[in-house]
Amino acid sequence: MSDIMLKINGQTVTVVVPSDMPLLWALRDKLDLVGTKYSCGIGVCGSCTVLVNGIPMRSCVVPATSIAGMEITTIEGLDPIGEHPVQKAWHDEDVPQCGYCQAGQILTATALLRQKPNPTDEDIDSAMAGVLCRCGTYHRIRKAIKLAAKYNAATGGQS
Amino acid sequence: MDRRSFLKVSMLASGALVIGCSRFDQTEANKLENGTWMPNLYVRIDTDGQITIVSKNPEGGQGVKTAFPMVVAECLNVDWKSVTVEQAPLDDRYGRQVAGGSRGTPDGWDDLRVAGTAARHLLVAAAAQEWGVSTDSCTAENGIVAHKASGRSTRYENLLETAATLPVPDVGELKLKSRPADFSLLGTFVPGVDNAKILTGQPLFGCDVRLDGMLYAVYAKCPIFEGKLRSANVDEIRNLPGVTHAFVVEGTDDPRGLRSGVAIVAKTWWEANSARRHLRVDWDTNQADSSADYDSQAAALRGKPGKTLGYTGDVDQALSKASQVIESSYYYPFVGHANMEPQNCTALYKESGHLELWAPTQNPKYGRELISRALRIREDRIHVNMTRIGGGFGRRLRNEFMAEVAWIAREIRQPVQLQWTREDDMRHDYYRPGAWHDFKAGLDGDGQMIAFDHHFVTFGTDGKTANGADLSPGHYPAGLVPNFRLRQSLIDINVPTGPWRSPGHSAYCWPYQSFFDEVALAAGRDPLEFRLDLLSRSYGNTQMDRRRASDVLKLAATKAGWGVRELDDGRGLGIAFHHDHGGYVAYVAEVVANRSSVRVEKVFAAIDVGPVLNMSGAKNQVEGGFVDGLSTANLEVTFANGSAQQSNFNNYELLRIGQAPDIECHFIQSDNSPTGLGEPPIAPAAPAVCNAIFAATGTRVRKLPLSRSGISL
Repeated sequence: MSDIMLKINGQTVTVVVPSDMPLLWALRDKLDLVGTKYSCGIGVCGSCTVLVNGIPMRSCVVPATSIAGMEITTIEGLDPIGEHPVQKAWHDEDVPQCGYCQAGQILTATALLRQKPNPTDEDIDSAMAGVLCRCGTYHRIRKAIKLAAKYNAATGGQS
Repeated sequence: MDRRSFLKVSMLASGALVIGCSRFDQTEANKLENGTWMPNLYVRIDTDGQITIVSKNPEGGQGVKTAFPMVVAECLNVDWKSVTVEQAPLDDRYGRQVAGGSRGTPDGWDDLRVAGTAARHLLVAAAAQEWGVSTDSCTAENGIVAHKASGRSTRYENLLETAATLPVPDVGELKLKSRPADFSLLGTFVPGVDNAKILTGQPLFGCDVRLDGMLYAVYAKCPIFEGKLRSANVDEIRNLPGVTHAFVVEGTDDPRGLRSGVAIVAKTWWEANSARRHLRVDWDTNQADSSADYDSQAAALRGKPGKTLGYTGDVDQALSKASQVIESSYYYPFVGHANMEPQNCTALYKESGHLELWAPTQNPKYGRELISRALRIREDRIHVNMTRIGGGFGRRLRNEFMAEVAWIAREIRQPVQLQWTREDDMRHDYYRPGAWHDFKAGLDGDGQMIAFDHHFVTFGTDGKTANGADLSPGHYPAGLVPNFRLRQSLIDINVPTGPWRSPGHSAYCWPYQSFFDEVALAAGRDPLEFRLDLLSRSYGNTQMDRRRASDVLKLAATKAGWGVRELDDGRGLGIAFHHDHGGYVAYVAEVVANRSSVRVEKVFAAIDVGPVLNMSGAKNQVEGGFVDGLSTANLEVTFANGSAQQSNFNNYELLRIGQAPDIECHFIQSDNSPTGLGEPPIAPAAPAVCNAIFAATGTRVRKLPLSRSGISL
């Protein structure tokens, strides 16, 4: 077991974890941050995506111990009242069906928009390819990303 | 006497305990308690103005938790923004609480409208009584009752005390809104009621339940179907880090219930699943089904006639006299459900002998039955809370995971969450069966299809088709051609099968609609014209409204520019329709394709399910349903040595965003009663795409998955 300090959503927390425990399970079972989801456990579906220093990572295959000291953003940390442009766009386009994959979709989209404020369809397809949606909300995800880009532009900057 | 007794006495004295919705518990009728008025089980209004509407069915992305309260709100005449929605637990007073069969909407349509209308009726009656005017002279809009003549008005929450004293109206007294023209909320674009929580990662799903002192469990079953546990090294497992309990469960023989296995419980799920790696189990197995063996059985059966399920006319004679006979065969594989949220359930067994569960299930009542049988606990001691579901698709109509966690909870006497791995989920599924379809159609001299002979080779045991493998002899083109025959042969199977979103339809629509194109082509006719003409013919019961089917075909074709547009080489349009669970859907798919790959660029969808309840949810079901149908055309589950060979998303690759088409939805909103949209959008997707592939390349896809026909998506 290891005592580690994690910086999550701007707060530093200490957890005791088995040294091989992926960040996903530290979040869900040690910290009750359940917004990040388990779906495949092998890093291929994207439901477990968090941002580490702004970069999307698959928390189900990243050991918590290897992330100590880096800035982790989970879905809970994007904006707890849902006013982030990506969250607003997601609501306005009513993207979710079951909703299980959406945390991964939203964080990945947020990272994309920070890199490419006006992504093309190809940019979107490429950046979002790693997050599966079984319900098939892809059409709306594309629309919401473009809408979020507009919201960002309207507020004069990115988030 | 105190106020409450007075109210009770009033109710009894008036004898007015008849409730509008017949399945409500009468003693719950129309009461005001602690500042909350509850005229029925769906509506609550607080004296401070808060309006709560209860949603009774499981929510797994099909949108009922938003759409059903919208129906109540529409009839209650309140501003949607003032409504809070609450999920009901399993409660027999609500009647059917199932997410399945696309029945939620048609079954709930009456009760939901009565609930809202009856509550509104009581509020108007309360105001009329207080003001000494007739109810006819009052209006109720946006949460306010008004009497225009005198200029008086008051908000609903000011009427509760009086409303609670009044007799609940008979259903017959109520005028229910029923036509799209009457609606102000229904039919509009309303975002989901859980969006705020989904977008901010708040707990919602079964796996998100957290109870004080909760432990986490895994349950290891035999990877070979029907395998039974002989022994396991549980003593060793108990000593592993974090593990609190490890024990064997004998289980039952119910193939849909509690099977034998090993439960490992720990302080975190990771520790439970890590301990599992050290588990060594001796299993007793008795079957070794394989896809290769299924293929051999199919080959043998296809050479024989099969059992006739239904016929009209004389198909052999008609074929012998036909100007042209077209023969073709189609094959599709088994597929799995692959919900994004793997099966899980949370349970707490209380010292009183009562069991409480938090279950992502499509049929909580069936889960309660399973638990009652497996644990021998009375059903009235089992309480099921419904969590949001990370995808149902028919998988969660099976509830063995509820029985598993219930057993574990009672063993360990601590709250526990059972979480299956993805591998558990894919290997312990109730698969959609594969099948072979051999068709023979006969054309007369005018290019009319006058004979249709169909040998359907599917799966079953002891002469009974496997669950989800049925095909009705009344299915089109029965009733549309003068000579028709459906024969069936069954391949022995020991693999569990079950309902998969639009059971049957989602699989066999593809061969039917593909073969129709083959016949049309042979007759030198346009695929749309061929279908419209076929639908105009009547040779008996077609089990569908042929006009509604024709209308969606025409609408999709018109929007797609069918027959009007010039298409470049390698670009093609394909059309397909289906009638499914009361709904009518037609797609025109536009693809760019060559001999080895296809890109589905655009889909034109036409849908008739009567009035649309939530325009956003409805479109989402169609958009997503098309993706599901297309994705599934590219997937297969195969078997070897009695188990499934696919285990995770790396060897069962769902469609990704870059493969999903643009799609536009066009609804025909008739005055029919509304029907569901969870299932109808799936079936015509694959055939529309495959027909488009033929139009673009001349390649006919007769085997799925697409990769089996050499085409990558």
